[in-house]
Amino acid sequence: MQIFRSHVLICGGTGCTASGSTVLTEEFEKQLKKNNLENEVKIVKTGCFGFCEKGPIVVIYPEGCMYTMVKVEDIREIVEEHLVKGRIVKRLLIEARQEEESRVSIEGVEFFQKQHRVVLKNCGVINPEEINEYIACDGYRALGKVLTEMKPGEVIDIIKRSGLRGRGGGGFPTGLKWEFTARAQGDQKYVCCNADEGDPGAFMDRSILEGDPHAVIEAMAIAGYAIGSNQGYIYVRAEYPIAVRRLNIAIGQAKELGLLGKNIFGTGFDFDLELRLGAGAFVCGEETALMTSIEGKRGEPRPRPPFPANQGLWQKPTLLNNVETYANIPQIILNGPEWFASVGTERSKGTKVFALGGKINNTGLVEIPMGTTLREVIYDIGGGIPGGKNFKAVQMGGPSGGCVPAECIDTPIDYDSLTQLGAMMGSGGMIVMDQDTCMVDIAKFFLEFTVDESCGKCPPCRIGTKRMLEILNKITDGKGTLEDIEKLEVLAKNIKASALCGLGQTAPNPVLSTLRYFKDEYLAHVNDKTCPAGVCKSITRYVIHEDACKSCGICARNCPIGCITGEKKKPYKIDQDKCIKCGTCMEKCPFKAIYKNV
Amino acid sequence: MKSLAELEAIRNKAQEQINLRKNKDGMRVVVGMATCGIAAGARPVMNAFMEELKKRNIDNVVVTMTGCMGVCRLEPMAEIIDTNGKRFTYVKLTSEKVRRIVAEHIVNGKPVIEYTIGQFESKN
Repeated sequence: MQIFRSHVLICGGTGCTASGSTVLTEEFEKQLKKNNLENEVKIVKTGCFGFCEKGPIVVIYPEGCMYTMVKVEDIREIVEEHLVKGRIVKRLLIEARQEEESRVSIEGVEFFQKQHRVVLKNCGVINPEEINEYIACDGYRALGKVLTEMKPGEVIDIIKRSGLRGRGGGGFPTGLKWEFTARAQGDQKYVCCNADEGDPGAFMDRSILEGDPHAVIEAMAIAGYAIGSNQGYIYVRAEYPIAVRRLNIAIGQAKELGLLGKNIFGTGFDFDLELRLGAGAFVCGEETALMTSIEGKRGEPRPRPPFPANQGLWQKPTLLNNVETYANIPQIILNGPEWFASVGTERSKGTKVFALGGKINNTGLVEIPMGTTLREVIYDIGGGIPGGKNFKAVQMGGPSGGCVPAECIDTPIDYDSLTQLGAMMGSGGMIVMDQDTCMVDIAKFFLEFTVDESCGKCPPCRIGTKRMLEILNKITDGKGTLEDIEKLEVLAKNIKASALCGLGQTAPNPVLSTLRYFKDEYLAHVNDKTCPAGVCKSITRYVIHEDACKSCGICARNCPIGCITGEKKKPYKIDQDKCIKCGTCMEKCPFKAIYKNV
Repeated sequence: MKSLAELEAIRNKAQEQINLRKNKDGMRVVVGMATCGIAAGARPVMNAFMEELKKRNIDNVVVTMTGCMGVCRLEPMAEIIDTNGKRFTYVKLTSEKVRRIVAEHIVNGKPVIEYTIGQFESKN
């Protein structure tokens, strides 16, 4: 076997691929060849490191040295300096690390220090397209242990004792779900994986599938054994091409090694797995709609009960779990339920992966123990708000969730505290908002999304959300009345109570939670006809302060529609009827004489 | 996959391939690989370290490179830094010397004093 003295790990997740990591790989190959290092240095394409903000990421072992925002032009220097001469290219390390040469490694970066990686433990460490690397990291040992040493009931018992709850949003105890499906009567049962991640700003599941696809495959086989099923389906969005490709490769390799297929580990247990691609309808993330879609029908939900555990796919008992839920399973089997339960809080065990986005310095993927406070996530791991602005709120759980305001920043993140606040764990999207975000506008954004994505089967969702959006548009146009706010609230509560599926029942949540914490902003839109954050264009006014204006004319020259006029020694004026509220003048004014909403 | 033993065999073999990416807590071998070192034959020396460590299944020792150590006339050189941070600088290395250093110093914890810089300089 060839021995490599150094491994160059290049991130191949969607984030880094988008910022150009494929070209880096080619350039590395070229430069290594030029320096005759191709037999000494191995290039490994990994999954997401989570530090997408600073991508593309390159990590070089044995030093564990992490280079960020690497460009093609940098490769020659990395190869010639680091790989040929052993001198670390300091300018490509994260800023704070540049002086401390002893702490160049990935563990020394604050972003990673507070994280606790269980689900993401292989992401950014192994090559996801190489099953042997997964096996080297204890892959498929949990499946081996389950098949050779345990009875199905014992497996379910372990999952129950671990306290694992569904990571897709609902937070239903996973062990119970397995038990219900195992108990259900039926000649054929199915195991399904929900990889139809659709919340705006959420990309945890995608990164797991891209970085460690075998973990999900192994867990599904374990689930198959536990509930008595020999056929699984992974329902994944077609918009995740890298995840789909790696899943296909992974399934192929697992079949080749006999880790899927007939008579696995010589125990007589058969399990097969197939992919089903979703066309990107948000509603297909809802369990009954997802299964209808797998059956080849139009993806629409149906009433429950019967629950999928009894009548799911093709009316057979079906187990459906989310990607991240599955990714926890092999670790629980290997390390024991007590180990898993030792992390987290009383009623929320283990860790949770969050996709950090919005107005935050370190956009990326973080995995934290349950019970970590929002403050730690936003300031310690996320690096705070850019531009020294104030933190206003964080939207959790996407269009089904709600916002958590700044005054609740010390809330521990777990299922129950978030529900109490009117938000939800959801799948794990965390969109951070600063002082410049209008909460009415945010509510409108999410409602627009649900109106677009409503499947139209039930009237409360199809008609109700549309009416809510119309009221919100009226408010942001400065035409709302106090009565409208009341109507909005009544409508929201009715939709919640009467919609058919989870999508409709949760669609009003962003409106309800912003009304709960930021009613003053709604009132400002209605009573004062102003948008405090200056986002809603029709009621935002840009005004030139007469005393501060030095008549330099920069604003007039930069105005794209030429609505600013004036002459020397006299203050300039904005024609409010023509102004398109682009904000360019305010940005360009060297004397800060232009204000919003005065 | 017919048995757990089969999985174990794949696992052991594959672990060798990715060991490089695990945290190491053992000694560090630093080979001087500047132009002077390479010209004097540092590459075979480094390869000898790697091969010897692999042959003995030692997986917690990092072999890494560094630039010119400043005494180009004594290249190929390598430093071994033990777990207490103590440094031993070996000079004028060859593959044979490396095999002895691995056996005596890395495995048995007894530095090969005669190959170290102080001894070499006083003898020659």
